[in-house]
Amino acid sequence: MAETTLAPTAGEAVATAEMPRSLRRGGRIALISGIVFLVVAISIPLFFRNFVVFQFTQMLVYAIAILGLNLLTGINGQFSLGHSAFYALGAYTAAILMDQYSVNYIWTLPAAGVVCFIAGFLFGLPALRLEGIYLALATFALAIATPQILKLSPLEHWTGGVQGIVIVKPDPPSWLPLNQDQWLYYFTLAVALILYILARNLVKSRTGRALMAIRDNPIAARSMGINLSLYKSLAFGTSALYTGIAGALGAIIVQFVAPDSFTLVLSIAFLVGLVVGGVGWLPGAIFGGAFVLFVPNIAEGVSKGLSGAVYGVILILLIYLMPTGAAGFVRAVLSRFKA
Amino acid sequence: MLSHKISRRGVALGIVAAGTFAASAAMAQKKYGSGATDTEIKLGNIMPYSGPASAYGIIGQVEAAYFKMINDQGGINGRKINFISYDDGYSPPKAVEQARKLVESDEVLFIFNPLGTPTNSATMKYMNAKKVPQLFVATGATKFSEDPKTNHWTMGWQPSYQTEGHIYAKYILTNHPNAKIGVLYQNDDYGKDVYKGLKDGLGDKAKTMIVADAPYEVSDPTIDSQILKLKASGVDLFMDITTPKFAAQAITKVAEIGWKPTHILNNVSASVGSVFKPAGLENGIGVLSTGYLKDPSDPKTKDDPTLKDFFAFLDKYMPDADRSNLNLAYGYGVTQTVVQVLKQCGDELTRENVMKQAANLKNFRSAVFLEGITANTTPNDYFVLEQLQMMKFTGQSWDFFGPILSSEAKS
Repeated sequence: MAETTLAPTAGEAVATAEMPRSLRRGGRIALISGIVFLVVAISIPLFFRNFVVFQFTQMLVYAIAILGLNLLTGINGQFSLGHSAFYALGAYTAAILMDQYSVNYIWTLPAAGVVCFIAGFLFGLPALRLEGIYLALATFALAIATPQILKLSPLEHWTGGVQGIVIVKPDPPSWLPLNQDQWLYYFTLAVALILYILARNLVKSRTGRALMAIRDNPIAARSMGINLSLYKSLAFGTSALYTGIAGALGAIIVQFVAPDSFTLVLSIAFLVGLVVGGVGWLPGAIFGGAFVLFVPNIAEGVSKGLSGAVYGVILILLIYLMPTGAAGFVRAVLSRFKA
Repeated sequence: MLSHKISRRGVALGIVAAGTFAASAAMAQKKYGSGATDTEIKLGNIMPYSGPASAYGIIGQVEAAYFKMINDQGGINGRKINFISYDDGYSPPKAVEQARKLVESDEVLFIFNPLGTPTNSATMKYMNAKKVPQLFVATGATKFSEDPKTNHWTMGWQPSYQTEGHIYAKYILTNHPNAKIGVLYQNDDYGKDVYKGLKDGLGDKAKTMIVADAPYEVSDPTIDSQILKLKASGVDLFMDITTPKFAAQAITKVAEIGWKPTHILNNVSASVGSVFKPAGLENGIGVLSTGYLKDPSDPKTKDDPTLKDFFAFLDKYMPDADRSNLNLAYGYGVTQTVVQVLKQCGDELTRENVMKQAANLKNFRSAVFLEGITANTTPNDYFVLEQLQMMKFTGQSWDFFGPILSSEAKS
């Protein structure tokens, strides 16, 4: 799995010529690491106190958002600094549905996904005319505008204005011997796994190859009959859908949404997580999520006054040591393993 | 690395827990909740050391320095204060994470003076569900103190925005009973909170006395049109509920168009450095506001004998701090208040008793409070400071005048 997504652009002929053995081996490694991940992930609530479980839940939420950004940036080659806006949209969708319409929290996830897909798709349409850094700037505007729009008084009836919305933490099903934090962790883990598998299948499918073809060479992709505008908008929509679901989950676990939760800093955090995890490598999202959540805490532990500087140093070191993120690191380890 | 850290912390906690157990077995009359032992009291705190509100981080530094001084002097009732302060970057989700870390991992006795309205809104439900005091929150929002029944574990400290509005109403009714009031206010919870206090304070007269109001959004570039509108409505008392940037604009604009109303500016923007200097010191002469803390940079306070300890503290523990920063006095005053609460708790250091004593402050004074201002609470009244004094800008600094005004009327 790791192999195929890591080198998506490699010519198929070359790949098939030398692949069979290494592919099988790569597949086996992927399978083993997948199982190890699952075992570790499932056992986390058994060994850690609730607060740490809560942190891991947040990490998974960030990982889902980064996964969404990866579909857009890593797979389709479009930049976005505006994903905090979709995260906010998902969070507010969930919060408003739960707060005003007493919708069960589980159903807020698909609702947030649909709302964000539509929003992302629509935003993707005009954004199609923009490439690279110009698109990044357009989405940057989205991130800047969102907190202010959420504060607007005409929307205050729904959004609660600056005060935000407090939501009730959902209880686990009564037949499960879990507390709220443990239950939310498993719930988030399940959602994350489903979304990951869907993303992986999407990338492996015809659509996924079309998305990557657009990233690598738009002109060639067009001449092969790929509808560029449709696929790029779809990529934007799907990416927003993932991030929106992450936002909804984030709102549920934090029990609170407010405009100040969704600033540009969040968008940047997603981008940093994406690069740290590895652009274009889907499992990297989990490393990215871990970085986004834990590294600021580590930096603060080193020095309170200089936490920003320490964070920067850690980031620079990481990029220096692993220029292509966790993806490159894993690939290097695997290739040494094989040789 | 992470698990290593946790295991080490786990060991430390185990030792502390064992110590607590042994101590409580030995002396039955002492009562300890989590975070308190014979030798130590653990206090949590959350501050925006980074991010958009990082200017307030100095408050956390004053508090840490003050507790260091307390510890150097032998602690409170023989117990050292372990002050654990985390950064939330003014982000509500981060505040929730840090609050949970303090409560569930560090197991503090309570969280003291966490700063910010959005961040405290995010943690209030959690703190009350966990029954951990969220004591003396550093925000003027009225909602943190107005409902001790529902939010038993949350208490503010500084005069609330509505209290401030009340006091302006009181001043206006006494000194300008026939004023035509025009209100400029920031269209968010803070602006509306002050405005509500003003209207409640004016009571029945609010309808006739307030002849115009003009909201602005934080995102507006200027408030020129609002000022012109108020002037055109025949306003002769300008109630200016704005944050520093807009306050500076308002002072400049009022002078520019040659308008001469009685100008009352809310306390949020009473900073000489960040409001009056940019607006032009001469433009601000005669502007009124309120205060409750002594200004350590004011030459008049230099020889104030009651502030001797305060200056000695700054000299020894914060020699590099900028003396013109009003937040120094804030941090000093709020920390002295919490020390008073801990003294009152005696040997019964439980979360219940902390709230009980916090709601039982009787005429407590910190040296930095203006003369005549005291802190008072009861189980049904969580508003700690409810008194302010009017002050007038002289072109250089503020001059306090008139009596200490208090707001008895609660909404």
